[in-house]
Amino acid sequence: MTMTEADLLTVIEADGGTPPDFDTGLSDAELRRAYRAMLSVRAFDDTCMKLQRAGRIGFSIPNRGIEATQVGAASALRPTDFFFPSYRDFGMALYLGVPPVEMMHNMFGDALDSAKGRQMPVHFSFTEPIKYFSISSPIGTHIPQAVGAAYAFKLRGEDHVSLVSFGDGGTSSLGFHSGMNFAGVWKAPVIFLCQNNGWAISCPSDHQTASDGFAIKAAAYGMPGITVDGNDLLAVHQVVSEAAERARKGEGPTLIEARTYRMGGHSTSDDPTKYVPAEELAKWAEKDPVERFRRYLAKRGLWDEALEERLQAEVSAEVRDAAKVAENTPGPGLETIFSDVYAQLPPHLRRQGEAAFDLAKRKGEAGAGDGAFPL
Amino acid sequence: MSTLTLIQAVNDGLKTAMRGDERVLVLGEDVGPKGGVFLATEGLTSEFGPERCFDTPLSEDGIIGTAIGMAVNGLRPVAEIQFQDFIFPAFDQIVSEAAKLRYRSGGQYTAPMVIRTPYGGGIRGGLYHSQSGEAYFAHTPGLKVVIPSTPHDAKGLLLASIADPDPVLFLEPKALYRSVKGEVPEGDYRVDLSTLRTVRPGKDVTVFCYGAMVPVCERAAQQAAEQGIDCLVVDLRTLTPLDEEGVLEAAKATGRVVTVHEAPRFCGYGAEISALIAENVIEYMEAPIRRVTGFDTPFPNTLEHHYMPDERRVLDAIESVARF
Ligand SMILES: Cc1ncc(C[n+]2csc(CCOP(=O)(O)OP(=O)(O)O)c2C)c(N)n1
Ligand SMILES: [Mg+2]
Repeated sequence: MTMTEADLLTVIEADGGTPPDFDTGLSDAELRRAYRAMLSVRAFDDTCMKLQRAGRIGFSIPNRGIEATQVGAASALRPTDFFFPSYRDFGMALYLGVPPVEMMHNMFGDALDSAKGRQMPVHFSFTEPIKYFSISSPIGTHIPQAVGAAYAFKLRGEDHVSLVSFGDGGTSSLGFHSGMNFAGVWKAPVIFLCQNNGWAISCPSDHQTASDGFAIKAAAYGMPGITVDGNDLLAVHQVVSEAAERARKGEGPTLIEARTYRMGGHSTSDDPTKYVPAEELAKWAEKDPVERFRRYLAKRGLWDEALEERLQAEVSAEVRDAAKVAENTPGPGLETIFSDVYAQLPPHLRRQGEAAFDLAKRKGEAGAGDGAFPL
Repeated sequence: MSTLTLIQAVNDGLKTAMRGDERVLVLGEDVGPKGGVFLATEGLTSEFGPERCFDTPLSEDGIIGTAIGMAVNGLRPVAEIQFQDFIFPAFDQIVSEAAKLRYRSGGQYTAPMVIRTPYGGGIRGGLYHSQSGEAYFAHTPGLKVVIPSTPHDAKGLLLASIADPDPVLFLEPKALYRSVKGEVPEGDYRVDLSTLRTVRPGKDVTVFCYGAMVPVCERAAQQAAEQGIDCLVVDLRTLTPLDEEGVLEAAKATGRVVTVHEAPRFCGYGAEISALIAENVIEYMEAPIRRVTGFDTPFPNTLEHHYMPDERRVLDAIESVARF
């Protein structure tokens, strides 16, 4: 891609400074909350990686490097908006007040998981305290769905918006193109957040498109497209705030491309050292979004070592406790295989369930396999 | 001969086809330098170059649509869909296009191509990394559906599929990728499509299965043998066009039939086998035909081992038809 770094919308400078008179739009308390959320993502992420390595959970998705995009976007919206996240969006949930233990129940797939242990780890679904839409594995399917939800807000005259988050790979999906097209035609109050983290598993982002970046695609669908430094929390906050304001005023959708970098493998089953160039990784390590935001806070007098210690202790205790609670929660009951297929259990499913219970009584329970996930 | 896992046999089959025919090429997501998420295509880009084994943008519709175009213009594409669960964006291209092309053009245009994709459960993959969608495709005239269960058949059926003049959906049982090993001949050999394989002879009960259910049924048959029930286990290998003669012979041989698959029961492939037998040889049947299947629900995660048919369930069905 030929777009230079100078074209990126950036706010936080290398030394933590910002342009003179820059208004973040966030109170001191919100800035600290955003910082805490980033630390929380990192703690949650690290814990999940360790749990997976130790064989205590089956799978996780690293979020390292993407925290500023996740938290910057979440901090620009309201709890009444509708979030259509990707699987790599821990920071959105954590900033918006989803308790880490709720996420851990999903990671362990236990009886208290909001999806009853039916989905793989990192496929969250919440209705409280925010509408965090049930994550689906097939890439891009949620993009037109977010547009439909936005249309519903518009139809009812509500000034809420949908935010849909997806990757650089996601822009190649059918859902991206139909979603963008419909949103443009309907002037739907939706924000398309493309997290360009450099990779779709092992495929670099310039394998997805021959265009100069992804934001440029907005033009063809009749909406503004903006490229933002995805490792700069304030810059992401700013562009998402502006997009939300336009959407709430009835001016329609925006495509935002956040340029960031996946600092780990695609998932716990991936070995990125096979294909990620070490120099590129080192270059991005210098742009760490958490350190960058910390420098900003320090410069503003909102951060010191004591705060750091307190926050680190808080978030790691929270995540540790969450993991402990989830690990000690029993697995879902056999009946959860059969419930929620329809609003009412149809007779044939009742019979299948009864036969399964009967067999378990006569012949013992099914034995669990090793279930190692290869991706 | 060398001893290979099923995934190594697929890899060997791809290399053999590409060495033997320069029209053969491989495309898909992460199939290039990474060698595929399951490593089925490992080493292909380095041996055959990025023109013949390459990564595509993340679009299954694009992968299959472009593969059809290659096939109608002289190439022999082997497209990988990373998980069968992600094939649905390409459903239109497969069902409306590849499968119907020969018919709709009066035989002028055809799409000789293979779509390889891992299917089935057993890896804690939840709803979208575990499905067995064979029935959607077996229902589609013009498409062949092939499922190996051994390394030998994986390579031989793959080579036959690549050589076949029609589009073939090649479903690979991912649960067996590394759990089964077997002798695989060097070089090119073909296992004929539309021929079933007798896994084990028997005279009391016939068990029809395919893919990852084959070893499950073999183990259940061993347990049945301990009780004096002698099972004939049949690996169907090709779901469409089915070896109907072979199925009817195997059903007649015992007069007692169990069908087994991971996919949901309703309109599942077992129903087709059952109907075929009922229509043609019901007078030989000594017991009702029993189907052992996944439940009619989406595929769960934590409880996947309860969802998937296991030896317990297969044995229970074998016992019930044997004692009927
Ligand atoms: C339709 C579909 N095809 C393939 C996959 C397998 N897959 C899972 S994640 C992924 C890459 C996604 O890359 P991107 O959209 O950039 O998101 P990122 O993982 O980088 O956050 C692929 C190919 C899938 N989940 N869905
Ligand atoms: Mg990406």
